[in-house]
Amino acid sequence: MTAITLVEAVTKALAYELAHDKEVVVFGEDVGLNGGVFRATEGLQKRFGDSRVFDTPLAENMIAGMAVGMAAQGLKPVAEIQFMDFICAGIDQILSHASRLRNRTRGRLSCPMVIRAPCGGGIRAPEHHSDSLEAIFAHIPGLRVVIPSSPARAYGLLLAAIRDPDPVIFMEPKRIYRLVKEEVVDNGEALPLDVCFTLREGKDITLVSWGAMVHETLLVADKLAAHGIEADVIDVATVKPLDMDTILKSVEKTGRCVIIQETNPTCSVSSEIAAQLAEKGLTSLMAPVVRVTGYDTVMPLYRLEKFFMPSEQRILSAVNKVLEFA
Amino acid sequence: MNPEKRIVASFEIPYYRFLDAQGKAIAALPEFAKDKETLVALYRMMMLLRLFDKKAIAMQRTGKIGTYPSTLGQEAIGVGVGSAMLPEDILCPYYREYGAQFWRGVKMEEVLLYWGGDERGSDFANNQQDFPICVPIASQTLHAVGAATSVKLQQQKKVVVTIVGDGGTSRGDFYEAVNLAGIWELPVVFVINNNQWAISVSRSQQTKAETLAQKALAGGIEGWQVDGNDIIAVKERVQAAIDKARQGGGATVIEAISYRMGDHTTADDASRYRENQELKENEKFDPILRLRNYMVSMRFWDEKQEKALLEALTLEINEAVERFLAIPAQAPESMFDYLYATLPDAYASQREEVKMGAKS
Repeated sequence: MTAITLVEAVTKALAYELAHDKEVVVFGEDVGLNGGVFRATEGLQKRFGDSRVFDTPLAENMIAGMAVGMAAQGLKPVAEIQFMDFICAGIDQILSHASRLRNRTRGRLSCPMVIRAPCGGGIRAPEHHSDSLEAIFAHIPGLRVVIPSSPARAYGLLLAAIRDPDPVIFMEPKRIYRLVKEEVVDNGEALPLDVCFTLREGKDITLVSWGAMVHETLLVADKLAAHGIEADVIDVATVKPLDMDTILKSVEKTGRCVIIQETNPTCSVSSEIAAQLAEKGLTSLMAPVVRVTGYDTVMPLYRLEKFFMPSEQRILSAVNKVLEFA
Repeated sequence: MNPEKRIVASFEIPYYRFLDAQGKAIAALPEFAKDKETLVALYRMMMLLRLFDKKAIAMQRTGKIGTYPSTLGQEAIGVGVGSAMLPEDILCPYYREYGAQFWRGVKMEEVLLYWGGDERGSDFANNQQDFPICVPIASQTLHAVGAATSVKLQQQKKVVVTIVGDGGTSRGDFYEAVNLAGIWELPVVFVINNNQWAISVSRSQQTKAETLAQKALAGGIEGWQVDGNDIIAVKERVQAAIDKARQGGGATVIEAISYRMGDHTTADDASRYRENQELKENEKFDPILRLRNYMVSMRFWDEKQEKALLEALTLEINEAVERFLAIPAQAPESMFDYLYATLPDAYASQREEVKMGAKS
């Protein structure tokens, strides 16, 4: 067993499913010979052939739409959108069709498909290469939106996403594609969807995050621990449907909650969590729920992106504010 | 400056027709068109469609169904397409091709259910693989190339047929689908119902291109025009394109020229933007009249058979309407029951609320 990066875990999960399920096909822009611009599909075409792993013309709406057609007729398409920002061209197909074909036909046809999309900032990428659009997809009934925060969860959750009988938007936080290595057993064992992962247990405060921000959140939890403050750290992982039970149980214990997300706050996943805490967890709360997020502006080009994305310092300030309140 | 100039590509779009507007054969007819039974079956379905259409509009006017898009005047396209397909083929239709759907086993009460506000209208009892009626314009063309990719990768012998309106060819989806069909030589046939109007926007306002068929050529596939009011031409060309696709010859775009003799839907009033004179002129090209004239001239058909058919079809339609009207609405909480294979816990309480609310 060797330690691998998150992007290598993605490749391993794809390879495992390609090897074990002949209905799985992997496609997108540059995923074939080139192995993907982030190398997530490295070597897969060579190993499985170009009828299982192939390039498409450059049209994201087409990629989403053809995936619907393929999924409805017996395949399990795993499509890559090269950068999540470009998925917008395909939203009609995702919203109007992938997410509702089962419902529209009362279960006669369905869309067991995955759209993988590298997301988020922090890699000094060009314009239109740094967005994190989970909130847009979390709003769409019928979808699952999954975002791993570690190599092991990338492996297990991607396997689960491909095996899921419904469409999944699988976001890959590219800032942490190669940030850490972790030992991952390539045994085809999936992790559960629709549940949060509690990464660290503590009684004083609940820190809720997902994707790349889990990394900063854990660092903050370490620092808090050095001062005798123990945080529950929850990786939401599946942002739609949302496992509020885990979050509510944690807040019941800690009475305090800080939500950390990379993207802008208005109508976002953090809004939803805060709203549900207000509806269902008010009596547990000793302090207002505080969100640490990007801002309601456009993700800046890379010279300023670090001022947009939550830093350890901003998370710490929010935590201190909450702790000082009560 | 005299740069080198060479013509590197040029093109032709063929136009096909067998019967003229009066129903006279102007070319040697294909074999199927010499067979009385085949023609009667085609005629029967076109008549069924026309009577069904009239009934559906009346039902909308009396509140028994919601908004309904008529297929008046374009019956030869849907029926021509449906009759050219094999049962195992896959149809990705838009919302004006009940002719193809009925031919492929979709029931009248299912179409009424759909426009009558009930999702079960897309759960076809007699056809498991066809896609439901597609409302977002031209988006179904991408499902067609996806389905065709699936067929090809699984080495099946099926052909996928998708139908799109003239307005739909302005959409990126259509270009993207044609482009993919070309590169991957997919077993797919694109049929354009060019009925000259996309709600109130006329064909000439839709594109500067002389034909819609030529949009195929940029994708490297063949584009044909066919008289969409000549059922024999529609069936013969769609059959040819399907045969070609089934034998591995790739995709085709067929532009079927017709005319929307009704409003866009029951929510539309074409008199706001269309001269009545134009409608009157196009009524002369009625596809049903054309086939009837031909059949009468061949002594395949007479007044007595016409009368008997009308009676039989009226009865058939009325029975379907009765069956539709007898179907009770779904339980309110069913709005959650087909959203996912298994409803996630996160939405269980919402389902319960709808269920309890409906009881109180």
